Amino acid sequence: MIPDLLAALRSRFGNDIVEPETTRDETPTFWTPQGKVLDLLIYLKTGLSQPFSMMYDLTAHDMRAYKKDLNGHSRFDFQLVYHLFSFERNAFLRLKVGLEGEYPSHPTATHIWPSLNWYEREVYDMFGIRFEGHPRLRRILMPSNWEGHPLRKEHPARATEMGPFRLWDEKQDAEQKALQFDPAEWGLQTQSEDSDFLFLNIGPQHPGTHGVLRVILQLDGEEIVDAIPEIGFHHRGAEKMGERQSWHTYIPYTDRIDYLGGVMNNLAYLLAVEKLAGITVPPRAQTIRVMLCELFRIASHLVWYGTFAQDVGQLSPVFYMFTDREKVFSIVEAITGGRMHPNWFRIGGVAQDLPAGWDGLVRQFIEYFPRKLKEYDKMVMRNSIFKARTKGIGIFTLQEAIEWGVTGPGLRACGLEWDMRKKRPYSGYENFDFEVPVASHGDCYDRAVVRVEEMRQSLRIIDQCLKNMPEGPYKSSHPLTTPPIKKHTMQDIETLINHFLNVSWGPVIPPGEAMSCIEATKGWNGYYLLSDGNTSPYRVRVRAPSFAHMQMLPYISRGYTVADLLSILGAMDFVLADVDR
Amino acid sequence: METAINPWWIIGGVLFAVLNTAAGLIWVERRMLALWQDRYGPNRAGPFGLLIVLADSIKMFFKEDWIPPFADRLVFVFAPAIVVATVLMSFTIIPVAPGVVVADFNIGLLLFLAFSSLGAYSIMLGGWASNNKYALLGAMRGAAQMITYEVFMGLSLMGVVLLSGSFNLTDIVLAQQDGWFIVPQFIGFFIFLVAGLAETHRLPFDIPESESELVAGFHTEYSGMKFGMFFIGEYMGVTLISALVTTLYFGGWLGPDFLPPIFWFLAKTFAFICLFILLRASLPRPRYDQLVEYGWKFLLPLALVNLLVTGAIRLMQ
Repeated sequence: MIPDLLAALRSRFGNDIVEPETTRDETPTFWTPQGKVLDLLIYLKTGLSQPFSMMYDLTAHDMRAYKKDLNGHSRFDFQLVYHLFSFERNAFLRLKVGLEGEYPSHPTATHIWPSLNWYEREVYDMFGIRFEGHPRLRRILMPSNWEGHPLRKEHPARATEMGPFRLWDEKQDAEQKALQFDPAEWGLQTQSEDSDFLFLNIGPQHPGTHGVLRVILQLDGEEIVDAIPEIGFHHRGAEKMGERQSWHTYIPYTDRIDYLGGVMNNLAYLLAVEKLAGITVPPRAQTIRVMLCELFRIASHLVWYGTFAQDVGQLSPVFYMFTDREKVFSIVEAITGGRMHPNWFRIGGVAQDLPAGWDGLVRQFIEYFPRKLKEYDKMVMRNSIFKARTKGIGIFTLQEAIEWGVTGPGLRACGLEWDMRKKRPYSGYENFDFEVPVASHGDCYDRAVVRVEEMRQSLRIIDQCLKNMPEGPYKSSHPLTTPPIKKHTMQDIETLINHFLNVSWGPVIPPGEAMSCIEATKGWNGYYLLSDGNTSPYRVRVRAPSFAHMQMLPYISRGYTVADLLSILGAMDFVLADVDR
Repeated sequence: METAINPWWIIGGVLFAVLNTAAGLIWVERRMLALWQDRYGPNRAGPFGLLIVLADSIKMFFKEDWIPPFADRLVFVFAPAIVVATVLMSFTIIPVAPGVVVADFNIGLLLFLAFSSLGAYSIMLGGWASNNKYALLGAMRGAAQMITYEVFMGLSLMGVVLLSGSFNLTDIVLAQQDGWFIVPQFIGFFIFLVAGLAETHRLPFDIPESESELVAGFHTEYSGMKFGMFFIGEYMGVTLISALVTTLYFGGWLGPDFLPPIFWFLAKTFAFICLFILLRASLPRPRYDQLVEYGWKFLLPLALVNLLVTGAIRLMQ
């Protein structure tokens, strides 16, 4: 498939325009000069018979400190990396552009994919790369008056590198002034021909936003004329932190990206690390990972279920669902010792083997939970007021979903049966028997239908894990497994040395790049890692599903009322830490 | 009839009972919600957490009584008083036992309708005077809700008036000696219950407040005892509607002789209060335009049909 595509592209654009690169994760990767990238993107999206219709991710690397020769391509100062996805081919495509100079600029592609708007802003915010022709190139995650661009290598990573903090009067005045709301600055009109608009600030402190999100509403009466999400309040610099953590010690940070997904984030990160290191995870470890991930999928969906019902004014469900989530957490606690952020997967396996008696706990839950799901169906899903509040609200079509980079339950609610666990199985999902629930209308109600059914399917998967848990080691015997299984260390000098190195410096991962993509609770979650053969990653890119979903908010909420906005936000199922990272 | 009781005792008694019920409902509602939601609820202060009522009242009185500098001061202070005053005035017409009624008006029911319309001003004025966008949206929703339920609330009651031939609530209770009006007037009862829910702004019709959308709606800027007045006003409203449903459709104080009439009245009223709380625990909130549509397109025609049919049957008798 790659040679075909390469030949097609080369015959159209010429040999020197499309240059292939081999990467460790075997994702088809092409280099292209800056001048041709827009043509190439348009052709990939519309010209091919099996097009790459989704812009999955755009990010950049600051290559100025990269000392290795990465297939001869590390010569540029910056690299821009587009990740495209084709549903027809079931394939990713990585497109790279090298940029030269301290603060390079690059043409915008927002007219090709509207979803690139926020991604380009993020690259600008983080690297200082300007996108010419971008409709509104401003900072997106950092405060508007931040100095510097955090993911550039010269930007300090710790407060202690930045000198003491001082807030003199002028600075405070400037900061206060930056907080004043000016509609023109957000590109908003204050009136139409026949009415004045009301601007309503939802958040960052608001009971309906599930975290620190600010939505600026432009209202005509109660009708939403425009809604602009402002994000970044939850930004902790998870990607920057990766650059000074060892490959091993970065794992707990991933737990906190999608903080409802728990160990599922570990999995997304580790799949990429294991690709780089060339580790094969033994079947028992894979199955343990799958079981815990599905438990967390249920826990996350339960939080969504309860809070969604609460958003449309139903008081009680959230209490029942949090009680059930407690039951999931008690299993998680018995197995891992942690609850929301167990930090339990390790490079090459999991931290420990399953404890004695785990099967009893899991079996109990499998017997208990379906009855409760039936009860919730009656209470929430079949409630006519609930239906009135969610049916026909916040509709997007399949076409629009792909255009905006919507993944996960939102995509399946539009009728596309696409689940990464089925289509591109990882961690042994190909061995499990489960269905991919879909719905057809693409409204808030259908997104709920898909998630509720997913809980049943997760339960099926857990049941199969319970019945067919393989025997064998819970960690790989690969030397880069961190920490290695301890029992050999006292007999075998090789393992002793590995153990010593991996727990003191941390593992040294061979240079190269790898990307993972898993079906997380909210959508496709991926880690794109770049190694320069050191004890810590050179660059960590976290592609979080909620970021893309949140970007779509204005598009799907125009014309609805304030009350509908809460249904739309609720059905989106975002986590602010996942949006902002 | 035994009219020997001193009217001041009745006034004092009703006032005492109503205010204490409203305060007591703080505890009742929180415990019941907790019971239905698989949790404990307030259980620390006093036996069964009963002293939460006292603790809450003390807290409310000692909170900073803050009036925002941008608010319309006079109206802002006045608004919470309206809801309490109008609901209290409505209690004057309710007969709790034979002869025990504050004011035995022959236009009792009309008086209630008049006061309930006045009560809506408290939301609109409170929201407007706060000079806050959330409060404003809440107040507008309150106004939209008011013009919806007021119409069919009045019409739904006319069936009872036709059957008993009087606006006087004592007469209405006495007319039910052969059978409660719930049977011939079931539709009227249902419509009045919906209107009553909307009137008290309780879930599912807490649209002017809708805390997940508008933070706290019309009373976003209120604190301390002014907020407390809205709070108590809501509980008194619940009690009032429950008492009215009891009187109009469930035979008021009528019941088997082995217990005094007042007991039957209180028991029935309490049952409806519990129904209100149960509804709050179970239903989501419709959008305000959905409520308006439901009111005008479904309940209003239904109330009219009910009135016509009742009238026709009455004529034939």
